[in-house]
Amino acid sequence: MLETIIKMWNKYSYVYISGLTGTLCLAAITVLCGTLIGIVLAVMRLSRVKPLQWLVRFYVWVLRGTPILLQLYFFWIFLPRITGINIPDSTCIIIALIVNASSYVAEVIRAGIQAVDKGQTEAARSLGMTGVHTMTRIILPQAVKNILPALGNEFITMIKQASLASVFFINELTTSYKTVASATFRQVESIIIAGLIYLLVTTVLGRILALVEWRMNANER
Amino acid sequence: MSGNQNETKPMIHVENLKKSFGKLDVLQGITETIFEGEVVSVIGPSGGGKSTFLRCLNLLEAPTDGKVFFRGTDITDKSVNIDQFRQKMGMVFQNFNVFPHLKVIDNITITPVLEKKMPRAEAEALACQLLDRVGLLDKKDEYPGKLSGGQKQRLAIVRALAMEPDVMLFDEPTSALDPEMVKEVLNVVRDLANQGMTIVIVTHEMGFAREVSDRVFFIDNGIIQEKGTPEELFTSPKHQRTIEFLGKVL
Repeated sequence: MLETIIKMWNKYSYVYISGLTGTLCLAAITVLCGTLIGIVLAVMRLSRVKPLQWLVRFYVWVLRGTPILLQLYFFWIFLPRITGINIPDSTCIIIALIVNASSYVAEVIRAGIQAVDKGQTEAARSLGMTGVHTMTRIILPQAVKNILPALGNEFITMIKQASLASVFFINELTTSYKTVASATFRQVESIIIAGLIYLLVTTVLGRILALVEWRMNANER
Repeated sequence: MSGNQNETKPMIHVENLKKSFGKLDVLQGITETIFEGEVVSVIGPSGGGKSTFLRCLNLLEAPTDGKVFFRGTDITDKSVNIDQFRQKMGMVFQNFNVFPHLKVIDNITITPVLEKKMPRAEAEALACQLLDRVGLLDKKDEYPGKLSGGQKQRLAIVRALAMEPDVMLFDEPTSALDPEMVKEVLNVVRDLANQGMTIVIVTHEMGFAREVSDRVFFIDNGIIQEKGTPEELFTSPKHQRTIEFLGKVL
């Protein structure tokens, strides 16, 4: 079987590499946009304006309480219908993934900020530091240490979740497996190749993440 | 200790100060004045309201009712920029609350540079001078994680002093310290008192309170049950609650 796998890789590596590129792009775009929206959501959630808090809580409640695949279907059907224009499948799926990621990221950021000891805020305010400076100079730099590793994990999660886009035949790694499998009729081998690539990428990223985390905490040791 | 002619000038005045947390009335109406140059110790049982009293003085805790005056200005007034007044009231916490992501020297310089627009070089010179005063100059480029509890608390004190406050509020500054480190922190507080700094200190160190204070407040059940000079309060307490409390701790 190993021989078959090597042969298949030699012949179809370009399909997998193109799929991997798609996956990484999907994950990067999703996490990037999801983070930007997530920051806004987290700020709303932590604001003193009750309706904003409720809105975010509702948003997070719906998105975390329903399966992501269902959400992908929803956006795939819903977006073209309400806008009345012919939106490409990939756009619908990217939007759905971003919306889903934003709800998770919002919680990660909120938790990261709230995990900073309340005494830090008190100390800064007691010195006469303004609320804005307290947030930007004291709380956020410490919150980032809580948030960044979680965001990195979110990126790794997205790499795996992007495989759901294969249902809609969007170019990514799991779709590559389907392509290769239907061309070669070798299901198992083509799955194994895709799986190995996933493992390689998630392991390497996990290691990089651990290293970054370690470096970031250097001054607390 | 540092009694002088300034003592007639009020520094902080609170009027009918009340604070409730939900149904719990922690402060039940305190009217009191802290005078310039005075050292006031606040003692009393846990949960009696002494920390809340202290935290209301710089509005870290917003009073439910009543007013706080700082040098004649009502700082509970909504139009007051509270940050300006907090700069004048240094505070030191039980848990130090030093900034772990900043080097020792940056812990001290960040607020003067940001909020008082002090030139960085000037702030650093001031910080070095203050660090030297408390014997931490050699630690200036360390992160606080490398410091002992006593060192962290000394850092927290000079961080507050760098804002050149008119009064220092200490909230049980030695309660989280190992016994052998209590002294080094109390020595710093004592030096401050001897230099004429106005001080309000919530403490369980009765010996220290007795030695260093001009006046002592005994707070329980949300009011000042008894106050007086250390002599009056420690040797001839009048109120039943004070007698019971001192009987337990002395």
